[in-house]
Amino acid sequence: MNRIARAWDSDIAWSFRHSPVAMLAALVALLIILSAVLAPWIAPHDPFNPASLNLMDGFTPPMEPNAFTGNVFWLGTDNQGRDIFSAILYGARISLFVGFSAVVFAMVLGISIGLLAAWRGGWVDSLLMRIADVQLSFPSILIALLIFGIARGVIPPAYREEMAIWVLIVAIGLSDWVQFARVVRGAALVEKSKEYVQAARLVGAHPARIVLSHILPNVMGPVLVIATIGLALAIIAEATLSFLGVGVPPTQPSLGTLIRIGQGFLFSGEWWIILFPSIALLALALSVNLLGDWLRDALNPRLK
Amino acid sequence: MTRPFNRSAMRRVAASLMLSAAVLGTGLTAASAETLRWARVGDALTLDPHSANEGPTSTLLHHVYETLVRRNTDGSLAPRLATEWFIHPDDPTVWVFKLREGVKFHDGADFTAEDVVASVTRVTSETSDFKGLHTAVAGAEAVDDYTVHIKLNGPSPLYVQNLTNFFIMDKGWIEANGVQTPQDFKAGEEKFTVRNTNGTGPYTLVSRDPEVRTVLALNPNHWDATPAVTEIIYTPIKEAATRVAALLSGEVDFVQDVPVQDIERLSNTAGIAVSTGAENRTIFFSYDMSSDSLISLPGDNPFKKPQVREAMALALDRDAIRQVVMRGQSVPGAQNVPPFVNGHDAALDAYGAPDYDRAKALMTEAGYPDGFSVDLNCPNDRYINDEAICQAYVGMLGRIGIKANLVSQSRTIHFPAIQNGQVDFYLLGWGVPTFDSQYVFDFLVHSPADGRGGWNGSRYSNPELDAKIASLATETDLAKRDATIAEIWKTIQEDRVFLMVHNQLLAYAAKDNINIAVHPENQPSMTTVTFK
Repeated sequence: MNRIARAWDSDIAWSFRHSPVAMLAALVALLIILSAVLAPWIAPHDPFNPASLNLMDGFTPPMEPNAFTGNVFWLGTDNQGRDIFSAILYGARISLFVGFSAVVFAMVLGISIGLLAAWRGGWVDSLLMRIADVQLSFPSILIALLIFGIARGVIPPAYREEMAIWVLIVAIGLSDWVQFARVVRGAALVEKSKEYVQAARLVGAHPARIVLSHILPNVMGPVLVIATIGLALAIIAEATLSFLGVGVPPTQPSLGTLIRIGQGFLFSGEWWIILFPSIALLALALSVNLLGDWLRDALNPRLK
Repeated sequence: MTRPFNRSAMRRVAASLMLSAAVLGTGLTAASAETLRWARVGDALTLDPHSANEGPTSTLLHHVYETLVRRNTDGSLAPRLATEWFIHPDDPTVWVFKLREGVKFHDGADFTAEDVVASVTRVTSETSDFKGLHTAVAGAEAVDDYTVHIKLNGPSPLYVQNLTNFFIMDKGWIEANGVQTPQDFKAGEEKFTVRNTNGTGPYTLVSRDPEVRTVLALNPNHWDATPAVTEIIYTPIKEAATRVAALLSGEVDFVQDVPVQDIERLSNTAGIAVSTGAENRTIFFSYDMSSDSLISLPGDNPFKKPQVREAMALALDRDAIRQVVMRGQSVPGAQNVPPFVNGHDAALDAYGAPDYDRAKALMTEAGYPDGFSVDLNCPNDRYINDEAICQAYVGMLGRIGIKANLVSQSRTIHFPAIQNGQVDFYLLGWGVPTFDSQYVFDFLVHSPADGRGGWNGSRYSNPELDAKIASLATETDLAKRDATIAEIWKTIQEDRVFLMVHNQLLAYAAKDNINIAVHPENQPSMTTVTFK
């Protein structure tokens, strides 16, 4: 109880309570995340089970009965007779899962490399930071596409579909670690010269212990900010890759895949196939991004 | 994602540069020049004329290279590089071709009988994808400069029907560039002929950027009447909506693959005309029905069981696919051959409604009460709504317990995979340029041997049937030959080698000042285009 009360009184909570944008963004993000997590219990249909689909339900407009089957769908159906509302819930599940996993992967990788570079210094530092520079000079979506292409060639066709999501996570994660590594390295270099680190060294603490339990907690602030903004970027990256048709298989649509499908019907009047998934993606990416912005401001003492 | 925008921006820059050049040059030639900007879903796979027996590839090549004979839209043959052709009066195994005189290749070389002989040698060589059409050929001989004898293994009254996609190359050019054999497309070979051409056709190749843009210009020395179109800019645009948007915005003049969902919208747009018609092409599923072990299901092959094949046929709801996926733009059927091809049988082509209970009972009978899981390979840039057809069928199969994992790929990957036997279960489309069932049997049914069976992804092998198929090439009694064709079809249908879905209907859309008719083989020639 005491801890919660203390958290409620903390600077961050104060800033949150006084930022209506942050509260709204948190509400939207929470709503989407919750409905995505609970999709199997909320969604009226399972769009990932092809056997449950009836092709004749295809192209049903929102809130109107289908001409052949008489079924009604809140947000209509797509070209395969998938309920758009259910497909959005399940699609957001994939988008969020890929986004979170990719960010965690990029974060772990980036923090490790950043800490290693800062602690060892010298040629290790130079080498790692030059690699980071080289990677920064390419757009990250290009690197993700490259990794995806290589994985396609390496993985036998029989496992491609099962591996597709993991490949996507690794591809986005590998294209995104640089920012984490640079920020962590910078912050760790500052911390490294501080007295508490020198004290720890003097008492003979193991370097791994100094880095992980003394330096790491002190560099986590900026990492959290990048991670939040990185989540929004990772969700967009997944949608972009799926939109380009290299992401998840078409029978397991993510938000990006749904938008790609809908794009084919832009001119033929079936607007709902592209509109609703786009709104869902926009709401998700925008709310996470706004949260990240707020967190950056809240954690930055200079902006107070 | 940004590529189309960059490309269109570049094109606009290029267009304005050309415009200013024309203004500076006081419009020297601009008055009579007519450029046709032509878009379709995919590019030609290669420019090697004997390397890929595939519709879009041949369509583009017909503008640069020429054949001995060409087919009219009513199915009859017309002279092209050959002016006359007949069976030798003294030897029924020899076809005589009288060649057009005064024809020149793009590099200036004269077209003579030696060029036809060199082309015959090339098209019958091992890496040729057209060799299945020339299995009866024993050799070719130049009798004089403008007469060629093609010697066959036996009498073959229909051989000339196989020549409508047989492109003639220059002997000197073949030798100078060391391209005596065609590019081995399925092995991914790269050759001089893939990006360079030297034909006798009405257009010459100006530039080629595969998958992006190919520019052809009028060949001023062509023997035939000068066409109205003097320049062709061929642009593959894979995304359906982007393709339609390009036509609506005036970025292209002619879209060959109009998405079925946009036919109505385009018909109602002022300034754009849509024409539709039947295509000589069937869309079907097939499966490896011979191997003991599948690639995606090691140690087992359910497709070997006749009950499984029957159950899969009972699960296919052709009418639903026609109604929803094709929006009425297809003619469903059960026999894998278009209605206007010799050997089509209305009784075999009749199909029933799906019966999921019976299908499930058959699955249990076959020993798969819980179904099985297998990969379904599908192209996503070749046929009308190919990926959506596969996806719909995945759902239907799911209802009888078969879990099909959809592997949807570009045709540049999909087609070699079929030819190399790397797929278990796949979708394919097949047109019949000879208008005779033998073409279907030679490529899709005959065991992969003796130059035949090049596209036999089912690995179906029936020695008795192979003998019947081989007899068709040299059977001179046409009534007897038709009876054999009927027998072969009966066996194919009984063994369920193919799971036919439908015949495609075509839709072309163009600016309404352009006259262009739907071509039944979907091989429109820009030489026939006129402007209003």
